[in-house]
Amino acid sequence: MTTRTLISPARLSRPRGRILYWTVLFLVVAVFTLVFIGPLYWMVTSGLKDTEEFARIPPTLVPDAVHPGNYGEAWQVMELSQLLFNTLYYAFGALAFQLVLDVAAAYSLSKLRPVLGKAILGAMLVTLMIPATVLVVPQYLTVLDLPVFERNLLNTPWVIWLPSVTNAFNIFLLKRFFDSIPRELLDAAAIDGASPMRTLRSVVLPISRPILGVVSIFAVVGVWKDFLWPMLALPDPGKQTLNVGIYSLASGVPENWLLAALAMASLPTLILFLIFQRNIMSGLTAGGLKG
Amino acid sequence: MAPPTSTPTLTRRPAGTDDGAPRVKEPRQGAFARAVRRNLTAHAFLIGAVLCFGFFSWYPMVREVVLAFQKTENGVVSWAGWSNFVYVFNDPDFALAWRNTALFTLLALLLGFVVPFVIALVLNEFRHARGYLRLLVYLPVMLPPVASVLLFKYFYDPGHGLFNRLLELFGLPAQQWLQSSDTAMLSLVIASTWMNMGGACLIYLAALQTIPGELYEAAELDGAGLLRKIWHVTIPQTRLILSLLFLMQIIATMQVFTEPFLLTGGAGPEGSTTTVVHLIYQYAFNFNNYGAAAALGLVLLVVLAGFSAAYVRLNRAEQE
Repeated sequence: MTTRTLISPARLSRPRGRILYWTVLFLVVAVFTLVFIGPLYWMVTSGLKDTEEFARIPPTLVPDAVHPGNYGEAWQVMELSQLLFNTLYYAFGALAFQLVLDVAAAYSLSKLRPVLGKAILGAMLVTLMIPATVLVVPQYLTVLDLPVFERNLLNTPWVIWLPSVTNAFNIFLLKRFFDSIPRELLDAAAIDGASPMRTLRSVVLPISRPILGVVSIFAVVGVWKDFLWPMLALPDPGKQTLNVGIYSLASGVPENWLLAALAMASLPTLILFLIFQRNIMSGLTAGGLKG
Repeated sequence: MAPPTSTPTLTRRPAGTDDGAPRVKEPRQGAFARAVRRNLTAHAFLIGAVLCFGFFSWYPMVREVVLAFQKTENGVVSWAGWSNFVYVFNDPDFALAWRNTALFTLLALLLGFVVPFVIALVLNEFRHARGYLRLLVYLPVMLPPVASVLLFKYFYDPGHGLFNRLLELFGLPAQQWLQSSDTAMLSLVIASTWMNMGGACLIYLAALQTIPGELYEAAELDGAGLLRKIWHVTIPQTRLILSLLFLMQIIATMQVFTEPFLLTGGAGPEGSTTTVVHLIYQYAFNFNNYGAAAALGLVLLVVLAGFSAAYVRLNRAEQE
């Protein structure tokens, strides 16, 4: 951590430098806290105010009277338990599908190397270059009437789970990690009589925990944050995600309830972030770049 | 399910030997059968992902192109030649949407490209509170977009929104923010920068930490001041990552949809926030004109393809 940066240590250790350093540090911490925590604080406390206090000008910094009941009301009226359950169901289902299918594919492409493997990987990576929003329309028409199976996937969880597997970026990350596992390790397992499946389970997966963590977090957060696709693919109010559900109910409820609902909807990913921040941040920078 | 494991002597080397004919030192008999079996196993591992890609990526890609040249009239699908493109190019909203998208991209670059870099530069100088500050910057990225977007909607409210209170505090005139065609786009960009810049900040920060300290020392010996050190050391040393993120920003911001859709209902005052993707959305889901939507999608694709190709090339350079 003591790498040399822009400003020389000698200058920093002078009294003037030190004062300046602490002043700037203090200012930045204060401004950042205000800019990034401030809105969240406003959201949580506004959810606690009653309608009269919420509309008051100028707004109160600390609620005069706390109404935690708003949170309960919002939970009930907006059927947040249903929306939350849906979102969790979609997110963890997508995670399961991605972990099973994408890991298997990356393992095959990296270690089993079948005929046409390179071409398949290439075709997967090409999808990264197609802007996601361009594909939304044909994808929508596809799930309306899935070819071969002739099924309408609209309003079913499949419409979230299966397309989530087509995450070429995750496959790329996984493959690159698997590539770094020494061949000898797998050969040793093969000599001991392990099948490819067994090798994957007992040798590859245990070493790959860090990358699996990163991929899992991105998978869950991806579903949690998605908006356009779930809005199109899950029009049934009872099947919607938190994002879409709250958006469609936003104009029909009192504003303090809405803010309470937003605070509750934000909580799960924030908690996830606070727990896994180290993995998320290292995955973000080590795993390369992601939009 | 498991293939026989009597061939542990595979000494295949990567690169170019994907012909399924491993060098086997055992009797030749059965080598072909083993290769077939090995390939079958490998493809069994692949099949799930390949099917998903087939149905939800590759097929829609083809369909996008087909749709662009088809029209549907009274439920009858027929070939339309270039008429969808002609329709799209003649739509008065076409130029407007591109202008807005370009403006959004430009503003988003000015803010969303420069601000994270400056933040990363400053954070990198600190010896304290760095973890906390990094956490803060990334916090909005984890919020569900409705939450952050609706929050901003309240802050932008001209009546009792927080931003106008702040302006008032500093003695500045109140703004109409999202409700005026002059400021709607800027308001969008500010919100979207707040929501999305965390990732870029962290990536810059990681890049800054790889700059060897000796370079700064050498620059100081040559009498370089702070700005010249940034210009002659920091920027050249992070040039690759800067250009990668620059392209990524362009690609991402040109596809902007959620922020305008949620903040201004998409079109905004006097159509001032109609973006290309919003126009695609309107064609497809408001007017049921899938042909026009696909045609405009292809146009966007072609425009972005140049940036995407450059990105891939740079990314490859960086991997090496």
